Amino acid sequence: MSSNLSGSSDLIGSGNLSGSGNLRSSINTSARESEGHREYEEYEVIIGLEVHAELLTDSKIFCGCSTKFGAAPNSHVCPICLGMPGVLPVVNRKAVEFAIRTGLALNCEIAEFSKFDRKNYFYPDLPKNYQISQYDLPLCRNGYIDIPADTSVLSGGPDDSPGGRPGEKGSCTGAGIQAGRGPVRRIRIKRVHLEEEAGKSIHEGQNIVESSFSLEDYNRAGIPLMEIVSEPDIRSPREAYVYLSTLRAILQYIGVSDCKMEEGSLRCDANISVRPRGSTRYGAQTELKNLNSFRAVEKGLAFEAARQIDALRRGERVVRETRHWDEARGITVPMRSKEEAHDYRYFPEPDLVPMVIEREWVERIREELPELPGARKERLMKEYGLPEYDAGLITESRAMADFFEACARNYRDPKIVSNWVMGELSRLLNESGKDISEVPVTPGGLADMLKLIDEGVISGKIAKAVFEEMFSTGKAAREIVKEKGLVQIADEGQLLNIIDQVIAENPGPVADVAAGKDKAITFLVGQVMRKTQGRANPQLATRLLRERLQEGR
Amino acid sequence: MPITKQDVEHVAALARLELGEEEKESLTEQLGKILEYADKLKELDTEGVPPTAHPLPIKNVFREDRVRPSLPVEDALANAPEREGSFFKVPRIMETD
Repeated sequence: MSSNLSGSSDLIGSGNLSGSGNLRSSINTSARESEGHREYEEYEVIIGLEVHAELLTDSKIFCGCSTKFGAAPNSHVCPICLGMPGVLPVVNRKAVEFAIRTGLALNCEIAEFSKFDRKNYFYPDLPKNYQISQYDLPLCRNGYIDIPADTSVLSGGPDDSPGGRPGEKGSCTGAGIQAGRGPVRRIRIKRVHLEEEAGKSIHEGQNIVESSFSLEDYNRAGIPLMEIVSEPDIRSPREAYVYLSTLRAILQYIGVSDCKMEEGSLRCDANISVRPRGSTRYGAQTELKNLNSFRAVEKGLAFEAARQIDALRRGERVVRETRHWDEARGITVPMRSKEEAHDYRYFPEPDLVPMVIEREWVERIREELPELPGARKERLMKEYGLPEYDAGLITESRAMADFFEACARNYRDPKIVSNWVMGELSRLLNESGKDISEVPVTPGGLADMLKLIDEGVISGKIAKAVFEEMFSTGKAAREIVKEKGLVQIADEGQLLNIIDQVIAENPGPVADVAAGKDKAITFLVGQVMRKTQGRANPQLATRLLRERLQEGR
Repeated sequence: MPITKQDVEHVAALARLELGEEEKESLTEQLGKILEYADKLKELDTEGVPPTAHPLPIKNVFREDRVRPSLPVEDALANAPEREGSFFKVPRIMETD
């Protein structure tokens, strides 16, 4: 179901994590949240997600208006997407193909016969007063994706770990979810259907409740939107996060959506209920809206789970309602809308004829499917010998995995490449809030820089500074090293001069070394590094320092 | 009577129609008659007949994904009751209690 109030969410800013940023936060958050799972021993949390993804077509779903983001207000509209009388929509074939591609990637059955329906409701972002959507005959249904189960909420029952395998201890310590091959949770996909986007509302004043008017931009109205509904198979806020990341990775891999939560091209509503562990009946559920970032999905659900469990513990009932995640206050609040009981009066869209999806078309789309994240992860482990943890993290983003592979093909040791990609590259992307496609550094550039370390031209420490420069300017490592005079000092005579100075200036530590306190050596090497601005070859410096101190005795 | 006055009020509210008492009475009767007439269809045996999705025997009408010119902004906004810049301006959305 499309959210009537989705427009309101555009005003609320959120610390979004784009691209690689999620890799890091997924680890950090899970370490932090794992303490909060005690209440899950008595209660089971049941979550289903409704995800909306805008499709990457050039034109809208029922007319030829452009879908480009960021255009001047109401400049990408026409009589069809404005809902003027007498116009007829015509379905964009690409949008249908993208939905089928998604269905195949999510292991769905593709409908033989499908149609569009009208969903009737009044809202200012909806020019026709109905949304063309799909009701009883969606394009795809009955799929699934597998995610690593959140082991902190597993009670060990058979229902808890569908397809579960015995868990190895993972290398990701402190995390709720093991990085190793732990139990798998299969999240069933109920349906995938196509519909049209609504316009975008900007509310005057602080928020929708207090504003006295709103402004409507219909550029977004009619952009093809895909709704992906999961069954209530998710068992913790952490799993919701992982499911959403996995889903996003798949949609990006198959090229159907760019999935930018900050631009609203990926949105997520959640249904959540709790029940005493062991119970087979579902409790009353609430629908959670305004989950504007991956972090908000996890935090909003964690708050809501705790709120519902608290209510049950106090002997209260959970009220079935729609609630709004208030990012600033970190709580969920009930939402009231002008619309009374949802009664959308769906009926077949008379302006569009049905679709009979030929099997040849489906097979052609299946053949063109690219390698999916799960398969790529397995391949990176096999082909490059990467640990599962590295392979999993790198393949979360197709662009990241492409970068890794392009670099690893040009360098002797894939694990070193993986360390740089997951470490420095991810950190810099995270800090700059940029996507890997937006920065000038190239895989070949990184490979060349790693070779400079191997050749002893720069130290690993200097390499970090060089890489930062490459990241922002795209210059070659060799050029940066030359310009900034960063070449490693591997000349013994030159180093000995500096070492002699350090020995003269630090009689205390020198005496400590003589007295057998070997730790003091580290301090002295540090002084050598400081005097050379990190340019000394550390192994050489340590060896020479030891030799000098021996001689001095 | 296949339809009650409450049904009419409910549907009117959903359609944002304000009806007077007399209109409600007469519409209840008229809509009731229409539904009664449509009830005749129940006399047919539709066992094994797929539901009709569309009255025309046509399927798979698609267009290619090509961008075509949109309306000039001024034309798009020409009929707007109110505007601000090139936005459509609409009354407040949420009701206050």
